[in-house]
Amino acid sequence: MELFDNLMLGFASALTLQNLFYAFVGCFLGTLIGVLPGLGPLATISMLLPFTFGLEPLSALIMLSGIYYGAAYGGSTTAILVNLPGETSSVVTVLDGYQMARQGRAGVALSTAALGSFFAGCAGTLILAAFAKPLTEFAFAFGPAEYFSLMTMGLVGAVSLASGPLLKAIGMIVLGLLLGLVGTDVASGVMRFTFGLPQLWEGVDFIVIAVGIFAFGEIIASLEHKEVREAYTGKITNLWPSLSDFKQMMPAVMRGSAIGAAVGVLPGAGLSLSSFFAYSLEKKVSKTPERFGKGAIEGVAGPEAANNAAAQTAFIPTLTLGIPGSATMALMLGAMIVHNIQPGPQVMTSNPSLFWGLIASMWIGNLMLVILNLPLVGIWVKLLTVPYKVLYPAILLFCCVGVYSVQNSVFDLFLAVGFGFFGYALKKLECEPAPLLLGFVLGPMIEENFRRAMVISKGDFSIFIHRPISAILLAATAVLILAVALPAIRNRREEAFQES
Amino acid sequence: MRHAKAVLHAALACFFFKSGEDDYASLGNAMKIVRQKDFSSGLLYIILGVAFAVASYGYRMGTASRMGPGYFPFWLGVLMAVIGIVVALGAIRLDAEPQKMEHWALRPLFIILASVLVFGLLLGTFGLVLSTIALIIGSSLASHEFTWRATLINTVVLIVFSLVVFVYALNLQFPVWPTFIAG
Repeated sequence: MELFDNLMLGFASALTLQNLFYAFVGCFLGTLIGVLPGLGPLATISMLLPFTFGLEPLSALIMLSGIYYGAAYGGSTTAILVNLPGETSSVVTVLDGYQMARQGRAGVALSTAALGSFFAGCAGTLILAAFAKPLTEFAFAFGPAEYFSLMTMGLVGAVSLASGPLLKAIGMIVLGLLLGLVGTDVASGVMRFTFGLPQLWEGVDFIVIAVGIFAFGEIIASLEHKEVREAYTGKITNLWPSLSDFKQMMPAVMRGSAIGAAVGVLPGAGLSLSSFFAYSLEKKVSKTPERFGKGAIEGVAGPEAANNAAAQTAFIPTLTLGIPGSATMALMLGAMIVHNIQPGPQVMTSNPSLFWGLIASMWIGNLMLVILNLPLVGIWVKLLTVPYKVLYPAILLFCCVGVYSVQNSVFDLFLAVGFGFFGYALKKLECEPAPLLLGFVLGPMIEENFRRAMVISKGDFSIFIHRPISAILLAATAVLILAVALPAIRNRREEAFQES
Repeated sequence: MRHAKAVLHAALACFFFKSGEDDYASLGNAMKIVRQKDFSSGLLYIILGVAFAVASYGYRMGTASRMGPGYFPFWLGVLMAVIGIVVALGAIRLDAEPQKMEHWALRPLFIILASVLVFGLLLGTFGLVLSTIALIIGSSLASHEFTWRATLINTVVLIVFSLVVFVYALNLQFPVWPTFIAG
């Protein structure tokens, strides 16, 4: 069994004392920041990236994915205890999770989320490991035209699955693509859009954009609301679900994992969409749908499993093709590049212990989360009672340290201030910023492949439909666009997002 | 989320030139900007798109088979401006659900961004410790729950934390003290 050989290799490199330590630190820090309302994985990863500097690549990646899972999971703790989604993917967890907490079952809700996530994480890791190899081999058949079409599909998919007005989101993607082109043009050496500033020769760093738009924007926006958060202050007892709880939650966890794993591979809002899907499915298959919204355990188990499975399988296109399917994955990809690893089909062959070590560490990270979240839940509850006035200056400091230390550049801090203003403006204009980040990371790649494909075809645009794989990908893109435009599906899409 | 449907509808209808009869009846009023946020974002897209297109036009365009550095960004800029036009037009349709521009919280916006700016300006000459003091005290002023006691404790704790974690444990390269003291 080649799969198991590979996984063994992975575990061998991930299970060193040192790497276990970094996985733990990553999960801990990720949960710590992710628990704070409003700070989702995007802001958390960009803020904590400097903590991974100076580590070996594998340790750094292990810590980063720990941060990612921690941040994704931290959102559910907030959802259950404070009735506030930490990020979009835990929006549905709020519905039944907080009700369970109010009925004195906060402990059960938390452990349901943790156990469900763990199960889904295991399943997701196996799927990722199984699909990585064939997909990578497939990727070697890709030429520039195929890559261009694949990325186009990814970008269109990201907005058609995401919430909100389609056209505005496409605009944000295009803006992201343009921002990604700032800097030296690889083909001609010309400096584009640099205003003569040498600091821009290598382009804008993705951390600058992520921190500016997501973290600064979020802090400013949350300071304008004066209402005080109401955290769950009761003691958390009774962590272990009863036998009947188990009977109710297990099928939901299975269904959630399956949905999540499938939706996670799709480009776009994998995490949030998968939890919405899982929630509506649970409500549909339930014999007692009226319990939903009033503390149904399936309403916590299904979506939590789904978003964790999706968090896992979202790595598939990123690791095998080097193409991120969502803004968070774009950030992970950027973080890998900071550590001198260019994800793509060649990673698996050139550095197998790194590749499989990362996959194995995802499983370890999921296990850590269970350990972290059940016995240590008291810490997170306490953290939620720390007033925001103390928290946000600390967050701001981490952001500044993060932005500065990517390139030891004060200029990047000033740029981040600019993007902070822009991010706040986008919030006021109801423009979703996540597609911008995705476009930003893909911008240079998409241009490069487009130009190469056109050189090959001698300027003939039909190359994109003459090559079969490329044609299929573009056809799928067209179907996606049409699907969103069709009234029936459009309404369903709105409905799915309306349930929040 | 309530608005999303209306915008999508408006945008798509514009896109496919699919207007209902009552739209023609109210065409006279159509210039009224019903959806302020969408209209402003449309304008923003147009401005940015045109700016990028104009700037790209300064670079060599090349041909489709041998693209210069200007080719790809130029057409992206044009695309962006076109999207902006459609979004803005969608916002002035009368049957769109009205949507008002929200109030901007200028105080936190200014204080937060200014304290980051000051942090950056101080960092090179005055070092991490002093610029952190400026950042924490400065940004704390943005909160309506501001108290000196909590702010000062917070400042001390964060300075110790960043010295221990960032400077000594992680070995990140920071000027820690002012250059005229550390030399």
